Amino acid sequence: MSTTDQRLDEKRFEQLLGNLLRIGVLLAAFVVLLGGVLYLIRHGEELPDGKVFHGEPPELRKPSGIVKNAMHFRGRGIIQLGLLLLVATPVARVAFSVFGFLRERDYTYVVLTLIVLAVLLFSLFFGESL
Amino acid sequence: MNVLEFTLLIWLGAVAAGFLGALTGLGGGVVIVPLLALVFGVDIRYAIGTSLVSVIATSSGAAAAYVKEGFTNIRIGMFLELATTFGALGGAFLATHISGSSVAIVFGVVLLASAYLSGRRRSEPSLSGQSDALAVRLRLNGTVPTPDGLQSYHVRHTVLGFGIMVVAGVLSGLLGIGSGAFKVLAMDQAMRIPFKVSTTTSNFMIGVTAAASAGIYLDRGYIDPGLVMPVLLGVLLGALLGARVLRGAHPQSLRIVFICVIAVLGIEMIYKGLTGKL
Repeated sequence: MSTTDQRLDEKRFEQLLGNLLRIGVLLAAFVVLLGGVLYLIRHGEELPDGKVFHGEPPELRKPSGIVKNAMHFRGRGIIQLGLLLLVATPVARVAFSVFGFLRERDYTYVVLTLIVLAVLLFSLFFGESL
Repeated sequence: MNVLEFTLLIWLGAVAAGFLGALTGLGGGVVIVPLLALVFGVDIRYAIGTSLVSVIATSSGAAAAYVKEGFTNIRIGMFLELATTFGALGGAFLATHISGSSVAIVFGVVLLASAYLSGRRRSEPSLSGQSDALAVRLRLNGTVPTPDGLQSYHVRHTVLGFGIMVVAGVLSGLLGIGSGAFKVLAMDQAMRIPFKVSTTTSNFMIGVTAAASAGIYLDRGYIDPGLVMPVLLGVLLGALLGARVLRGAHPQSLRIVFICVIAVLGIEMIYKGLTGKL
């Protein structure tokens, strides 16, 4: 492959990643909106208590608990699910970049990207151990 | 005031923050925390958790447009993300172990520094000169379109730039901001990367950096759905509108006003932190 071809190819791949990010954000925003509407219908009349810190309940802190909560069609669970989707978009972009560098046979960057990916996944799934 | 009214007010504030952030090119994230903490009296831990999530949204949402323009240097971005993600992990860890007042004081200082960094005139680094050995080894050099055709640029001070990025990552994780001003500082001043490349590459990195601390914030219960929902939707809408109104041009007077607002908020955060009111 000539250098210009490779550039074009790289460019197309980047474009794909950019679109992936946009779709991820839109999807996440839609889910958050859906959860928000449900939440406001059910709790809109109550008094707000978000000012004082008491931390979220345990079922809204872990990916597994959030999915379960959202399955029960709880407004707050669905909002958190949307947020998980949102956090997942940059993680997915990093994961796809691994393939991009693999195709270019740039193994230094394959390793580098895998390390970044590992840090992201560690934070998401093992955050409690820190 | 009930939940519905409270939510609508926060949403309006977030739309304004996102709009001004996009219009001035400074990002809305940096005013979300003071807005929530100072204006709405929200606990600073909820405020930084909320801000962090909205930072991911604006960064990822804008990335598609930036990639189309084609100045992002993916290698520089990925290499420096190594620094920012580890930094962000450390920053989020720190945030859960120090008091809210201390976070407020650090936040105020960072706001003042951001105002200063954004306020002074940036001078475009010259494209000539030698890059260091590490930059060559990591294939960080690239080209950027100029009126005279494609120009190649040479990355310098790679280690220094990496170091500043660790700090930018820590601040991002500690304060729930994108710390774009510091990322651009590392790339412009230390590494001598042209503006078009440093600005877009910085945006590209902000979402990944923020995602690194999001898991820890979520686990500690800092991310409150009732707060995040209006802020996230508001900032996104505001940023979208801002990008529509102006494509790339950031009016100087508006920029100065926004920088002054950031500075005032910074002083207020420091004051409230020192007097233990946050």
